Amino acid sequence: MTEITTTAGPGGTSGPSSYAVELHGITKRFPGVVANDRIELEVRTGEIHAIVGENGAGKSTLMKILYGMQPPDEGVIRVEGRDMRFKSPKDAIAAGIGMVHQHFMLADNLTVLENVILGSEPTRGGVIKFDEARRRIEELGRLYGMELDPDELVEDLGVGERQRVEILKVLYRGARILILDEPTAVLVPQEVTELFTSLADLKAEGVTIIFISHKLDEVLSVADSITVIRAGRTVAQVDPKETTARKLAELMVGSELPTPETRESTVTDIVELELVDVSIDAPDGRRILDDVSLVVHRGEVVGIAGVEGNGQSELVDAIMGIEAVTTGEIRLGGEDISGLSTRERREKGVGYIPEDRHRAGLLLTEPIWENAMLGHQTSKPFSRGPWVDRGAAHDATQRIVEEFDVRTPGVDVPAYALSGGNQQKLIVGREMSASPSLLIASHPTRGIDVGAQAAVWDAMRDARKAGLAVLLLSADLEELIGLSDTLWVIFRGRLVAKLDPATVTPEELGSYMTGARGEGSGQ
Amino acid sequence: MAVAVEHRQKIAAASPRSRPRDLVLFVAGAMLLLSAVRAWTGADDLTSFGTFSAALRLAVPIGFAGLGAIYAERCGVVNIGIEGMMILGTWFGAWGGVQYGPWWGVVLGIAGGALGGLVHAIATVQFGVNHIVSGVAINILGAGVARFMSVIAWADSTVGGGATQSPRVQGDIPHVSLPFLGGGTLFGWHSPDALGWFTRHDWFFVSDIAGFLRAFCADVSWLTVMFLALIPITWWVLWRTKFGLELRSTGESPAAAESLGVPVYRMKYAGVVLSGALAGLGGAFLVLEAANIYREGQTNGRGFIALAALIFGNWRPVGVALGSALFGFSDALQLRQESAVHALLLFVALGALLFALRALYQRRWKVAGVLGGFAFAFWLYYVTTDQVPVQFVFFTPHLTTLLVLSFATQRLRMPAADGLVYRKGQVQ
Amino acid sequence: MTLSWPKRFGLLLLGPVLAIAFSVAISSIALSASGNSPTLAFTQMYHFGTRLDSVISMLNRSIPLYISALAVAIGFKMNLFNIGVEGQYRLAAVVAAAAGAAVDLPAPIHVLFIVLVAVFVGGCWGAIPGVLKVTRGVHEVISTIMLNTIATGIAAYLLATHFRAKNAPGDLVIKTKDIPKSGWFPNLNKILDKLGIDVVTRAPGSELAGFLFVALLLGAGFYLLVWRTRFGFDLRASGVNPGAARASGVDPKRMVVQTMTISGGIAGLVGISQLLGVFHRYTIDFPTGYGFTGIGVALLGRNHPVGMALGAMLFAFMDRSAQILDLNGIPKEIVVIMQGVILLSVVIAYEVVHRLTEIAELRAAAAQTAAAHAGAQVAA
Repeated sequence: MTEITTTAGPGGTSGPSSYAVELHGITKRFPGVVANDRIELEVRTGEIHAIVGENGAGKSTLMKILYGMQPPDEGVIRVEGRDMRFKSPKDAIAAGIGMVHQHFMLADNLTVLENVILGSEPTRGGVIKFDEARRRIEELGRLYGMELDPDELVEDLGVGERQRVEILKVLYRGARILILDEPTAVLVPQEVTELFTSLADLKAEGVTIIFISHKLDEVLSVADSITVIRAGRTVAQVDPKETTARKLAELMVGSELPTPETRESTVTDIVELELVDVSIDAPDGRRILDDVSLVVHRGEVVGIAGVEGNGQSELVDAIMGIEAVTTGEIRLGGEDISGLSTRERREKGVGYIPEDRHRAGLLLTEPIWENAMLGHQTSKPFSRGPWVDRGAAHDATQRIVEEFDVRTPGVDVPAYALSGGNQQKLIVGREMSASPSLLIASHPTRGIDVGAQAAVWDAMRDARKAGLAVLLLSADLEELIGLSDTLWVIFRGRLVAKLDPATVTPEELGSYMTGARGEGSGQ
Repeated sequence: MAVAVEHRQKIAAASPRSRPRDLVLFVAGAMLLLSAVRAWTGADDLTSFGTFSAALRLAVPIGFAGLGAIYAERCGVVNIGIEGMMILGTWFGAWGGVQYGPWWGVVLGIAGGALGGLVHAIATVQFGVNHIVSGVAINILGAGVARFMSVIAWADSTVGGGATQSPRVQGDIPHVSLPFLGGGTLFGWHSPDALGWFTRHDWFFVSDIAGFLRAFCADVSWLTVMFLALIPITWWVLWRTKFGLELRSTGESPAAAESLGVPVYRMKYAGVVLSGALAGLGGAFLVLEAANIYREGQTNGRGFIALAALIFGNWRPVGVALGSALFGFSDALQLRQESAVHALLLFVALGALLFALRALYQRRWKVAGVLGGFAFAFWLYYVTTDQVPVQFVFFTPHLTTLLVLSFATQRLRMPAADGLVYRKGQVQ
Repeated sequence: MTLSWPKRFGLLLLGPVLAIAFSVAISSIALSASGNSPTLAFTQMYHFGTRLDSVISMLNRSIPLYISALAVAIGFKMNLFNIGVEGQYRLAAVVAAAAGAAVDLPAPIHVLFIVLVAVFVGGCWGAIPGVLKVTRGVHEVISTIMLNTIATGIAAYLLATHFRAKNAPGDLVIKTKDIPKSGWFPNLNKILDKLGIDVVTRAPGSELAGFLFVALLLGAGFYLLVWRTRFGFDLRASGVNPGAARASGVDPKRMVVQTMTISGGIAGLVGISQLLGVFHRYTIDFPTGYGFTGIGVALLGRNHPVGMALGAMLFAFMDRSAQILDLNGIPKEIVVIMQGVILLSVVIAYEVVHRLTEIAELRAAAAQTAAAHAGAQVAA
C-alpha cells in the first residue's frame, strides 16, 4: 500500500541524513479512537512538505505530537538526525520547531510585540528588554516582508496580519522547521497567494516547512513532497510532479469523491424569506451590516460567500432574532417578523444549523433526546403545555436517529459521546424533521467526515426539492457553488455581488470576497 | 450574538489607558467639589486631615487584597475566596503578633493568606473546579479554621483571648512622617510641619488639599508605605517583566501561552498564591495596625469589597487603589462625623449632576437622564433629612459599588479567559 | 444510558464518600495535633447525634439549610451564582414577621399570608441582581454580595425603627411584635406519635417542625420544575450552553430575571420555619449564615433535591452532634473545619469523578457504536 518515492527532493541538499524531521511508528490513542496508527513521515531539510488528509484523518494530532503538545503512545521522533522526546512545546521550540496553529493562538489584549516574545522574552534580571525585542521584530519583518507595528494590540489586526504575527512568533524563536496547520483555511485566494510568496522566501532562507492541508490544488502548487494520511495511517508519500489532484483525492478518501452538484432547478416564484435594507450598528456605532436586501424563494438555495468576519454571523443572528436589527425589515412568507423573538420565529418554521455546533447547536453533556428537542422544545411531540413529554420525545428522537443515520448506541447517551459527523447529522435531522419552511444553514459540513458531508448535502437537496427555502453560508467554495441556485458575496457587511454559480470561478469569487473587485460589477 | 456585542463594546472602550495627568486632574476635581460642599455645609470632617488619614488606614487592607486580586484574575482565576484568605491573614497575623511581635505577625499573616491561595490554586488549576465554587468553599473553610485555631490557641490562654478573639498584640508597627511636609524628624531634629500649617487655616481648597496630602506624609504606618509602594511595583511587575507578561498571557489566552512553552499551571499557581499572600497581608494589617487584636468577623466582607475595587479599577493597580480609597473614605466619614455623611449626599448629588451634564454634552440622553435622576434623588434626600440612619451609612460602600458597577461596566475589560477553567493540553 | 446503572450510581457516590473520608482524616489530624482523641470525639458524636431529641433537632436544623440550598441550586442550574440568599432571607423574614404581627386572620390563611409575603419580598430582592445583570451587565456574584450587606442594613433599620415593638420594662431585646397564634406553624409531634414514636418520654420538649412538610414539597416541586417542565429544560439548557439555548429560542435575559426571582422567592422561606415554629417574632439575633451554608449544601448535593436533602441532614447532624464535644473538653469547632474540608474536597472529588465518567462514557459509546457498526456490516 505504501509507496515511498526515492527521488531526491528538490531542496538541493539531498543525501540520506538530510532529513529535518523523521517520524517512525507514531501511535496515539484517545478513549475510544486511535488518532494516529503507526504513522511514518520523512521531511527533507529545506523543502515544503505537505501532509494531506481528510478532516479527522489525524493530521492535527500528529502535528501536536511533533510540537510536544501531546506525547505519542508509541514511536520515534527524530529531528535533524537526533532522537527527541518532547515533554512540552518548549522542548520542540528548543529543537528548532515552530508551529502556526489553524486557530490562531494569540492573546487579543496583548500587543504584537508581547505576543511575539511571549515565552522567550529577552530579559535582564527578569525585566523585559523591550528595545531589543522591538528591534528584532522589525528586523525579521523586513527580512521576510512581514512588517507590523509591534505596539499595536492584536485585536485590532485583520486575519492576514494575525497570521503574520503567528509566523513572526515562530521565526523569532529561531525556528528552522515551520509547521503550518491548515494555514489557508481562513484566507481568501489573494491572501493565499501572498502567503505562498512568503513561504517561498522562507524556503530560500533554508527553512523547512510542513504544510497541513486538505486543499489539493494548493498542495500541488506549493509542495515539494506530499504525505497522505487516511484514518490515522500513512497511506503514501508522493512527488507532486508525478501525481494529480484526482489521484491524491483517491488516496485521501479511499473511494470516489463526493460532489455537491445539484443542477436541476427547483426554484419557485414564492418568496419565503425577504430582507429589506437590513442594517446593524455595533454599540460603538460601527456599521456591521449595511443595507442588506435579498430574497430566498421556496425551493431555492441562496448561498452567501465571504471571508469570515464580514457580517455573516450578524446576518444569521438577525434572521434568527438573536441580534436586533438597527433598521430594515425581515419578512417570512410575506409577514414582517422583525419584532418577533427567536422562539416565535422558530415556531413559524425557521430551521437553523448554527456554524459552531458545540457553541450554539448542542448541549454536549445532555442526552441525545434532549438535544433533539433543542430548538423545538415548545412544540409537539416534545412538550405538552408546560410539561416535557419524555416518552414522545424519546420516540421522535429514535426516528431522527434512524432516518438520518446518526450512529449512536442509544438516545440516552450524552451528545459528547458522538463523533463530530454524527453530532452534525443529529442537528440536521432535528431541524429537517420539524419540516421547516426556511432553513438557515451556516457552515453545515464544517469539520465532519466525507460520509456525513454527503448525508448532509443529500438531506438539503431532498428538502429543497420538497420546496424548502435555504440560506446557505459556507467557507467551502465548492459546497457553495455546488449547492446554490443563487450566490451572493458579502464584504464588509454589504452584499457586493450576485453571481451565477454555474459560471463563476473561484478566482472571480475571491476577488469579490477581498474587495479587489468593486460593488455592483457583478450585477 | 450577545457575547459578540459585549465583546465589541469592550474593545471600543479598552484602548484609552489612564494617564497620570488625567488621574491628577480627576482627584483635584473631586477635591474641589468636596471642598465646596464642605464650605457650604460646614461639615468640616469632610476634608479634614483626620478623615483622610483614617480613610487611608481603612483603604489599605482593601487595597492589599485588591492588588492581590489583580494577580489572581490577571492569570485567569477568579478569586472570590479572597475573604477567606483575608480571614486566615487576620488569624495568623494575630497569632504571629502575639507570639513573636508585630513584624512576625506580618510575615505569618502573609503565609496564612498564601496557604489559602494555594488551596484555591490546587482546586481551580489542578482539579479544574469552578472558581466561584472553590472560592465559596474557601471562605467557609477559612472562617472554620480561624475559629477552631482560636479555640485551640487562646481558649485557655492566661493573657486574654478566647474562641472569638486573640490576646492583645504587644508592640506596634512603627509610623513615619516626612520631614518638612509632615513634620517628621531628620537626624533627631523636628522639622517644620508645612502641610499641617496649611490645614490649621481655613483657606478654601488650599487647606482641604493640604489635609488630603498630609494624610500621606504624617504619621503613616510602614505597612501603609508598603502598600503605596506596591501600587507602582504591581504595575511594573505585570507590564515590564517576563513574569508579568507570562502571567497576563495565561489570563488572556492560556492556549496561546501554553503553545509557546509558558508554564501555564505554574503561572496560575504563582498568581493565585501571590493573591492569597496579599489578601493575608491585608488581614494582618487589620489586626496589627487597625485593632491590635484579632476578632472574629474582623474582615467584615472587606475581601468582597476588594473584588469590587478590582472591577471598579478595571483590573489595573491604580484603578484598584482608587477604588479602595473610595471605600476607605466612606468608611472613615462614618466613623468620624455623622453629619459629614449627610453632607456627602450633597457631594454625590453634585457629582452625579456633573456626570449627567457631561453625558448631555456627549448626547447620551439615556445615561444623562438616569444620572440626572440620581442627582435629584440624592439632593431630595439631602434637603428633606437631617441625618442618614446609621444602618444606611454602614452599607454606603456597598451601595456605591453597586451604582458604580451599574454605570461603568461598558468601560471595563476583564482578562479574556478570566474565570474559565483551563486544562493542560486543551489547545485545539 | 451507556454505562450500567450500578456503575453510574457508584461513580455518583464516589465523590461524597471520598470527601467525607478525607474530612474525617483531616479533622482527626487536627484533633490529635491539639491533644484530643479523634476516636473519642467521633464516638461521642455518633452516640449523642443518634438520640431521638438529636434526630428531631437535626431535622429541624436541616430545614433552613435545605431551603437555602434549593434557592442556590436553581440558580446554579443555569450557572447563576446567587450568593445573596443570606440577604434575601433576612429581609424577607423581618418583613414577614412584621406583616404577620400586623394582621389577624384565621389560622391557615394567616400562615399562608406570611409565607406569601416572605416569598414576595425574597423574590423582589432576588430579582434586583437579575435585572442589574441583564440591563447593566453587573455580574451577579458581586451584586448579590453587595446586596447582602445592603439587605442586612435595611433589615436592621426596619427592625430598629418602623417594625420595632414596644419593650416591656427591663426587656432590652430589639424585636418585632409577636405574631398571633393563628400565624404559628403547627409541629409534627402528633404524626410522630401516630408512628409510635413516643416523643414525650424519649425526648421531652422536642418538637418536629411542621415546616419540614413545606421543605419536602419544595424539594419535589424543584425536581418537577427543573427536570419535567419546558421551563426547566430552558433553564438547564441555558446552564449547559447559553449559546445553544439562545439559538433554540430561549430569551437569556428573561431567563436570568425569572430564575433570580424564583431563587429569591425560595430564599425568602429560609427563615420562616423558625419564625413561625419557634420564635414567632424577628429579633436582633435572628439566626444568620444559612445563605452561605446553603451554598455548601447545594454543592454537596450537586443541585439535586435528594442529594441536597442528604447534604442538609449531614451538616445539621454535624452541628447538632458536636454539641456534646465541649462537655468532653473537645472543641466543637472541629465540625466547622470538617464541613469546610468536606465542601472543598467534595467539589474536587466531583470534578475528578466527572472526568472519569466522561472518559468511561466515551469509551462505552465508542465500543457500542463500533460493535453496532460491525454488526451492521456483517448483516450487509
